[in-house]
Amino acid sequence: MSELTGRTAEELGAAIAAGETSAVEVTRAHLDRIDAVDPAVHAFLHVAGESAVAQAAEVDRRIAAGEKLGPLAGVPVAVKDVVVTQDMPTTAGSKILEHWLPPYDATLVRRLREAGLVVLGKTNMDEFAMGSSTEYSAYGPTRNPWDTGRIPGGSGGGSAAAVAAREAPLAIGTDTGGSIRQPGAVTGTVGAKPTYGGVSRYGLIAFSSSLDQAGPVTRTVTDAALLHEVIGGHDRCDSTSIDAPVPPVVEAARRGLTGDLTGVKVGVVREFAAAQGAEPGVVAAFEAGVQTLTKLGAEVVEVSCPHFEYALPAYYLIAPSECSSNLARFDGVRYGLRVGDDGSRALEEVMSLTRDRGFGPEVKRRVILGTYALSAGYYDAFYGQAQKVRTLVTRDFTAAFEQVDVLAAPTTPFVAFPFGSRTADPTQMYLADLYTIPSNLYGGPAISVPCGLSEGLPVGLQIMAPTMADDRMYRVAAALESTQSPRLADQTPEVTA
Amino acid sequence: MAAISREEVAHLAHLARLAVTEDELDTFAGQLDQIVSSVARIGEVAADDIPPTSHAVPLTNVMRADEPRPGLSREAALAGAPAVENDRFRVPQILSEEA
Amino acid sequence: MSVATTDLADVLSRYEVVLGLEVHVELGTRTKMFCSCPTTFGAEPNTQICPVCLGMPGALPVVNAVGVESAIKIGLALGCDIAQWCRFARKNYFYPDMPKNFQTSQYDEPICFDGAIDVDVDGKPVTVAIERAHMEEDTGKSLHVGGATGRIHGATHSLLDFNRAGIPLVEIVTKPIVGAGADAPAIARAYVAAIRDIVRALGVSDARMDQGSIRADVNVSLMPIGATEFGTRTETKNVNSLRSVERTVRFEMLRQAEVLDGGGVIHQETRHFNEATGETMGGRVKETATDYRYFPEPDLVPLAPEREWVEKLRAELPELPAAKRARLRSEWGLSELDMQAIDNAGAFDLIEATVSAGASPESARKWWLGELSRYANEHDAELAELTATPAHVAELQSLVDGGRLTDKLARTVLSGVLAGEGTPAEVMAARNLEVVNDTGALTAAVDEAIAANPDVAAKVRDGKVAAAGVLVGAVMKATRGQADAKSVRELIIARLTAE
Ligand SMILES: [Mg+2]
Ligand SMILES: [Zn+2]
Repeated sequence: MSELTGRTAEELGAAIAAGETSAVEVTRAHLDRIDAVDPAVHAFLHVAGESAVAQAAEVDRRIAAGEKLGPLAGVPVAVKDVVVTQDMPTTAGSKILEHWLPPYDATLVRRLREAGLVVLGKTNMDEFAMGSSTEYSAYGPTRNPWDTGRIPGGSGGGSAAAVAAREAPLAIGTDTGGSIRQPGAVTGTVGAKPTYGGVSRYGLIAFSSSLDQAGPVTRTVTDAALLHEVIGGHDRCDSTSIDAPVPPVVEAARRGLTGDLTGVKVGVVREFAAAQGAEPGVVAAFEAGVQTLTKLGAEVVEVSCPHFEYALPAYYLIAPSECSSNLARFDGVRYGLRVGDDGSRALEEVMSLTRDRGFGPEVKRRVILGTYALSAGYYDAFYGQAQKVRTLVTRDFTAAFEQVDVLAAPTTPFVAFPFGSRTADPTQMYLADLYTIPSNLYGGPAISVPCGLSEGLPVGLQIMAPTMADDRMYRVAAALESTQSPRLADQTPEVTA
Repeated sequence: MAAISREEVAHLAHLARLAVTEDELDTFAGQLDQIVSSVARIGEVAADDIPPTSHAVPLTNVMRADEPRPGLSREAALAGAPAVENDRFRVPQILSEEA
Repeated sequence: MSVATTDLADVLSRYEVVLGLEVHVELGTRTKMFCSCPTTFGAEPNTQICPVCLGMPGALPVVNAVGVESAIKIGLALGCDIAQWCRFARKNYFYPDMPKNFQTSQYDEPICFDGAIDVDVDGKPVTVAIERAHMEEDTGKSLHVGGATGRIHGATHSLLDFNRAGIPLVEIVTKPIVGAGADAPAIARAYVAAIRDIVRALGVSDARMDQGSIRADVNVSLMPIGATEFGTRTETKNVNSLRSVERTVRFEMLRQAEVLDGGGVIHQETRHFNEATGETMGGRVKETATDYRYFPEPDLVPLAPEREWVEKLRAELPELPAAKRARLRSEWGLSELDMQAIDNAGAFDLIEATVSAGASPESARKWWLGELSRYANEHDAELAELTATPAHVAELQSLVDGGRLTDKLARTVLSGVLAGEGTPAEVMAARNLEVVNDTGALTAAVDEAIAANPDVAAKVRDGKVAAAGVLVGAVMKATRGQADAKSVRELIIARLTAE
C-alpha cells in the first residue's frame, strides 16, 4: 500500500499544491488500492480509472500553469451511485438503471470537477438508497472493512467502506434517514448530513425529496468540512436550495481541533437515551464520548424531544409515499430496463413487468406502502398525519435548540451486524435509523464522528445542530476527534480477501 | 388496524405498475401488515390543530426568469431509450380507456 | 345510436341539464413551466427537451415566473381571488406521454378561485361562475402507428415526442352551470369563446384552438326535472373548436336522455368527440375509480404571491373583451341586430381594426359582413385568414369616399386584393379601374350616346327623364363602367334640358 492512501484529503491537497506529489500519482495510488482491496470490499460499482487519471493530469497541468485551485484540487473522491455523472454509468444500485449513462452531471458533481477533485468512480448502495446495510443493492453487498462478514451500513455503505478501506480519501453520500451517518458510524468514518437545502439535490436520484440531502464521507472532520464547502451553496436548479452562503464549516472544524469547547452547551435527548434496543456497548461508547465533551469544557444538559417516538413511524410513511411517486418514472419508456417487449404485450403489461423485474424487494415493498399511504381514504391517517408529526418533531427540536447549541446522541443503536441478520423482518432493519431520522424530518444538519469501539467494532457519536448552523456540529465533532490519537478512522484493519 | 388483504396489495401493485407474482403478494401482504401496524401509532398523536410540514425549509416564491436555455440534443435524449423510431421514443401498443 | 329521433325541447321537457367546463389554456411563455426549454410550436420531434421535462432521474423543476404571472392575470380577468399562499401537487397516474408518471398540477390550493364572467348568448348576458384556475404542465404527444386512422385503437405501437411535455397550462374550471335549458350548447360555446377572447386580450396565450392551445373538457349530465341531486356526468375530453363544444353538449344531452329514457344508466366516463360524425364516443368503462394520490410537490416550494404584485398586475390589465365590446357598441352606433350579426360572423376584431384604420363603423360592417363574408363562405375560409386585411378594407373605403372608386368598382378592386394582386390602390392602378373624372372625355361620351340614340334623347327632352337610363347605360359601357353613374345621369339631363 502506497503511503499516499493513508493521508487525509487535506494533506494530499497540500502536497499536490506544493508539488511534493502530483494529482496523477495520488489518483494512481488510490486506483491501485481499489484494485487490491475492492474485490473483497466491493465498495465500487464503477471505477473510472482512465478518466480519473486524465482528470488528474489536467489538474496537474493547471497547477503547473500557476492556476490557483482550491485546497482539495487533485484529491480523488468517490461518488455514491445515486448521484448522476455524465461520463459514468449511474444505477442507484438498481437493475432498472443498469448501463444507464446520464446525459448530464449533478450540480454537486459539476462543483467537484470545477474545484479540481478527481472522480474515481461510483459507490455501491442499497437500491435507490432504501436500506441500512447495502444488502439491498442489486449488484451484491459491500463488506465492512472492519469485518468482511458484516454490513458496512447503508444505504451509503459503498462510500463509507471505500473511505474506511482507504480506496478513496473522500466520498459523497446521501442521507434521507441516516444513509450517510449510519454507515459512517459502523465503518469508523466521519459522515455529515448538511442542512436540508444546503447542498443542491439537482442530479441526486430522488428517494424522498423532502428528506434527501447529499454530504461528505471522510476519515476526518476537517476533510468533511472541506468537502462540504466544495459541494455546498445555492443552486438555481434546485427550488429547495437555500440562497445563503455555506456556513463557515472549515473554520469551525479548525477551531474544534484546538480541543476547547468552553461555552458550548450540549443537549442529550432524554427520549433517545430511553429508547429500547440500543446495544450496551454502543451506549457505553456514547457516554464516554459525552464525558470527553464535558472534559473539553462543554456544558452537558438533558433536553426533551417528546415526539421522538413518533419520528420513526412518520419517516416510514413520508419516505415511502414520496418514493412511490419519485420512482414512477422508471417505466422503461425513456431510459433504463425494458422487459417483455416482444410484440405480444401491451404497454401497461410491459411497464409492470419491467418494474417488477427491475426493482428489488425492499423497493417494491416501499413503493406499495407509499401507494397505500397516499391513497384516498388513507391519506389523512397516514401521510397527512405523518406530516403533522413532522411539525411536532420540528417544534421539539426548535425548543431544544433554545436551550442548547447542539444535541448529542448515538448515531445508530447497534454496531455493524452480520449479513442476513436483519433482512427477514423489515422493521428490524428500520431500527438502524432510529436516531438519525429526526434530523431529516426537521431538516437540520447532523454529523457522525467515531467515538470508540464496541465488540471491536466502531461506534459513532452524532452531533445535531440547528438549521444552517452546520458549523457548530463541525466544531464539536472536531473537538471530539482531537482527543483520539490515532484517529479511529486510521485504525481500520487491513482487509484480506 | 385492519389487516392489509392480498386483494388490497394486488390493487396497490396495479396502481404502482408492479407485476408482482402470487408468492410476492403473500409476502408483501404479511410484511405490509406488519409495517403498517408498527407505524399506525402515529395516529395516537392528537394533531388536529397542527399544520402539516411538507417542506423542511420555509422557502416561498422560488421562481426563474422566462429565458430559454439549451437542453439536450435529440441524440443525447434518445441515447438511453430502450426503443426509438422516427426520432421518437417507441412504446408497445397503448391500450387506453380513451377511444 | 340514433339521436336524431329526439330533439332538445323534448329532452328538456323531462330533464334539466347541468354543464361544467374545464378549459385548458396553453400559455405563450417562451419557456416551459418547470424548465428552460423553448416552447416553439411545430419544432422537430424531441428537440425541445431537457433532463427536467424528460423526467430524467435526478432532475428537478423550477417554476417559471411568467407562467405564474400569466395565471394571476387570467384569474384577475375572471374576477377570481388570488391565493395568499398555495402549492403545487403531484397527480400520480401512469401514462406514457407523461415523463414522470405524475403531473405537476395544483390540487386543493389553486392560485385563482371564486370568479365569474358574463358571456353573451344571442345578445343576453349569462353569468358563468368560475370555481378555480390553476397551473399545471402539458403532456407530450403520441403518434399511433399501425392503426387504420392513426388512432390509438388498432395501433401496433406508439411513438412519443416530448416537446410539448411541460408547456405551461392554466386550467379554468367552472362551477356547475344549472338552468341553462335549451341554451346549454350556446352557453358552452359562448363561454369558451369568451375565455379565448380574454386570454388573447391579456396576451398570455395565442389562443389558437386549431393548434390545441385552447382545449375544453365538456362535462354534461341530466337530472329529472325537480330532482335535487345532479345526475352522473360524462366528460368529453379535448374538444378543440367552438363548434365542436356546442355540438358535444347537444349530442350528449340527446344521447344521455335516450339512455335514461330506456331505463339505462350513465357511466361516469371520459368520452371523445368525433368531428366527422358529430358524435361522442366512450371507451371501456374503468373497473375502478382513478385514485391520483395527490400530495404536495416536495420539489417545489409554496407560492405566496405578494399583494403588491397582484395589485400591480390588476392595474395593468388591458381593457377586457366584454368592456371593450360594450364601449364600442355605443361608440359605433350600430343596431343590436348588426352587432349580433357581427358576433355571429366572428368579425368584431376585424371591424374594430378596420375602424381603427380610418373607416366608418357602418362601412366596415358592410364590407366584412357583405362581400368578404360571402367570399369566405364560398372558399370555406375564416374571415381572419383572407388576404384582405382591415387596412385594405379601410383603404378601399377611403377610395370610394374620395370618389376615385364607385361601389361597383370597389368590389372589383376587392376581388383583386383577395386574389393577392396587392393593395386596393395597386389593384386599381394595375387594372385601370379608377373612376373617369375627366369631364372632357365624359362629355364626348355623352354626346356620342345622344347622337346614337336620337329617339331616347327626344323623350328626355320632352320631360320623360326616366328614359335617360338607356343613355346612362350607353355612356357607362363606353367608359367601361369607370364613370360614376349618378354624375353621368346628371350630365345627360343637364345637356338635353339645356338645349
Ligand atoms: Mg388538469
Ligand atoms: Zn425541459
